[in-house]
Amino acid sequence: MKNINIEIAVTHIITRKKQTLVAALGVTIGIGIFLFMNSLSSGFTKYSKGEIFKNNAHIKIYKNDEISMPFMGNNDSSNSSQVIINPQVTTLSKKIINPEELLKKLKNQTYVTHAIAQVNFDVFYNRGKAQIKGNGIGVDMIAYSEMFNTQKYMVAGNVKSLQGNLNGIIIGRGISEKLNLGMDENITVSSSHGVVKVMKIVGIFDTGNSMNDNQKSYVNLSSAQQFIKEGPSYVSTIFVNTPNSDKSANYVPLLQLLTPYTVEDWKTTNADVLSGDKIRNTMLGAISVSILIVAAFGIYNILSSTIMQKINDIAILKATGFKGSDVVKIFVFEALVMGLIGTIMGLILGSVLIFIMSHVYMGGPVGYFPIGFESQLYITSFILGIVITLCAGYFPARKAAKVDPVEIFRK
Amino acid sequence: MTDRKIVLSTKNIAKFFYEPVKFQALHDINFEAYEGEFLTLVGKSGSGKSTLLYCISTMDTAYEGEISIKGKNITGMKTDQLAAIRNENIGFVFQFHYLLPEFSCLKNVMIPALKLGKYSHQEIEERAYQKLKILGLDEQALKPASKLSGGQQQRVAIARALINDPAIIMGDEPTGNLDSKNTAIVFDIFKEISKEFGQTIIAVTHDNDFAKASDRTIELGDGKIINHKKVFE
Ligand SMILES: Nc1ncnc2c1ncn2[C@@H]1O[C@H](COP(=O)(O)OP(=O)(O)OP(=O)(O)O)[C@@H](O)[C@H]1O
Ligand SMILES: [Mg+2]
Repeated sequence: MKNINIEIAVTHIITRKKQTLVAALGVTIGIGIFLFMNSLSSGFTKYSKGEIFKNNAHIKIYKNDEISMPFMGNNDSSNSSQVIINPQVTTLSKKIINPEELLKKLKNQTYVTHAIAQVNFDVFYNRGKAQIKGNGIGVDMIAYSEMFNTQKYMVAGNVKSLQGNLNGIIIGRGISEKLNLGMDENITVSSSHGVVKVMKIVGIFDTGNSMNDNQKSYVNLSSAQQFIKEGPSYVSTIFVNTPNSDKSANYVPLLQLLTPYTVEDWKTTNADVLSGDKIRNTMLGAISVSILIVAAFGIYNILSSTIMQKINDIAILKATGFKGSDVVKIFVFEALVMGLIGTIMGLILGSVLIFIMSHVYMGGPVGYFPIGFESQLYITSFILGIVITLCAGYFPARKAAKVDPVEIFRK
Repeated sequence: MTDRKIVLSTKNIAKFFYEPVKFQALHDINFEAYEGEFLTLVGKSGSGKSTLLYCISTMDTAYEGEISIKGKNITGMKTDQLAAIRNENIGFVFQFHYLLPEFSCLKNVMIPALKLGKYSHQEIEERAYQKLKILGLDEQALKPASKLSGGQQQRVAIARALINDPAIIMGDEPTGNLDSKNTAIVFDIFKEISKEFGQTIIAVTHDNDFAKASDRTIELGDGKIINHKKVFE
């Protein structure tokens, strides 16, 4: 061995295997749980994001309700009286004017990967006396499927069959089951505007989300416009996707320059869901960090007691010419070895826990527990394990470096 | 003999302790130690022998006055510099052996040399064997230090003190724990290395025979030099 500091450290470790193992085991549990908790939390977040993106684009553009502005009299003259009117919703129509031009403009932006128009309308699905309330969506189904991956959830039929088929409809599995209607059968759809159509079922989807599956249906854009008795220029919402969903908020102000309508990113739309995620992640994070700190104290304690027992050795090493920094290196190296063993075992422990968890069937729309092996979390856990053990080792090591040999030799 | 080289000298060393009360342990200590000299420090218990030894050992830096080692004033140097000076120039033997129990005798002897890094690992090992042989311990070389008798352990500690061929070997009651037979062995070794290799021995002792047989004895009383018998004059 080249370095005498390392040789001394290694000898201490080898002759104190049990203490080394106990300290390492603390780190193992700490890192194992840290990795597991953070994988849980990341899996959840990914899952709930996935749920959000089943229905939401990164950014949506729509006409928000307009509130009448209170009328304020001239403030500069004391003679004039002020009239204040109760604010009211004054929206006449939720229509976006000239959607074609806006869509074209949007598609020309380099940061827009997808942009589609959508018409929303309220419907009843009927079969005989059975009736289900729901909502219809009129879209260019192929473009829509590219954006929301709808094809993936199709359990019968194909999204393409809606193309150019004004009489076709794709319904959720819940509707199909409740009305006992299958592929190629006819369904009566009536809109809140009193338009009634008999449509042919050309596809059935199952997203796993009962809200969707029991209510939603897709029709052609122009069919939807007929349902609400509007012309071909009527569009209620425009959806836009950007290259990175996490950064979509950055594009909101840019898009807002292009249109007077409300531009809203998915994080704003789903603020309630995301804040729930945040609370859960914070809790899991706090728990795992606390466990890590306990593990760090394990290393701190064991190293401190080693140093107390080895105080004579430290004194003679310092007398024979070892510097304070040499002593620090010896004990920090010992901590590092404990930390390294512990961290690697911890990553294995975490992996086992993740593996087990990923095979737990949760049922319902979730299916198997949404958890996976994420390299980024492995890297974070590894670095954290090493950094924490270095910190936990450094303080006792520095205490060792400050041992005054004269004080020891006097005894 | 006045042309002998001075390896260590002190100028007006004073040492104060502040705990529990202010107390002056050393007053105005001036002396020189010469190359190849076997010097002993004697005096009643509490007279300041150990205190003085730790000052000149460079380990205690809280004193007044000046100390020079091999012509260099070491007072006020940084602790890391002093550690390097000790490593190269000073070997220590204490009443207790202070061997590292997990290491073999050989390794214990090698450690200061590995720290110094002047020789290759193999050369250091050979030199350590040599030193152990001088002390009659070559057969114990590979045993763990904790498995030796007290006298053997003290001799391993001496071999460790010698490994870097230091100019000075300092001892605080190096024979304090030894029986008369082992004391005689240690004495002979000190005599031999001072005469043969020109290394200086500065040893605190309570053993009058040991002191009498050394080249020169400095007697301390109440922190002052009260008797300074110079053999070379
Ligand atoms: N750390 C300390 N704090 C306060 N006083 C001290 C300290 N160390 C030594 N002293 C005092 O300094 C004086 C000299 O002590 P020192 O240990 O040098 O004596 P000594 O000559 O080596 O004695 P002994 O032969 O018993 O070892 C004593 O009076 C002692 O009480
Ligand atoms: Mg003493």
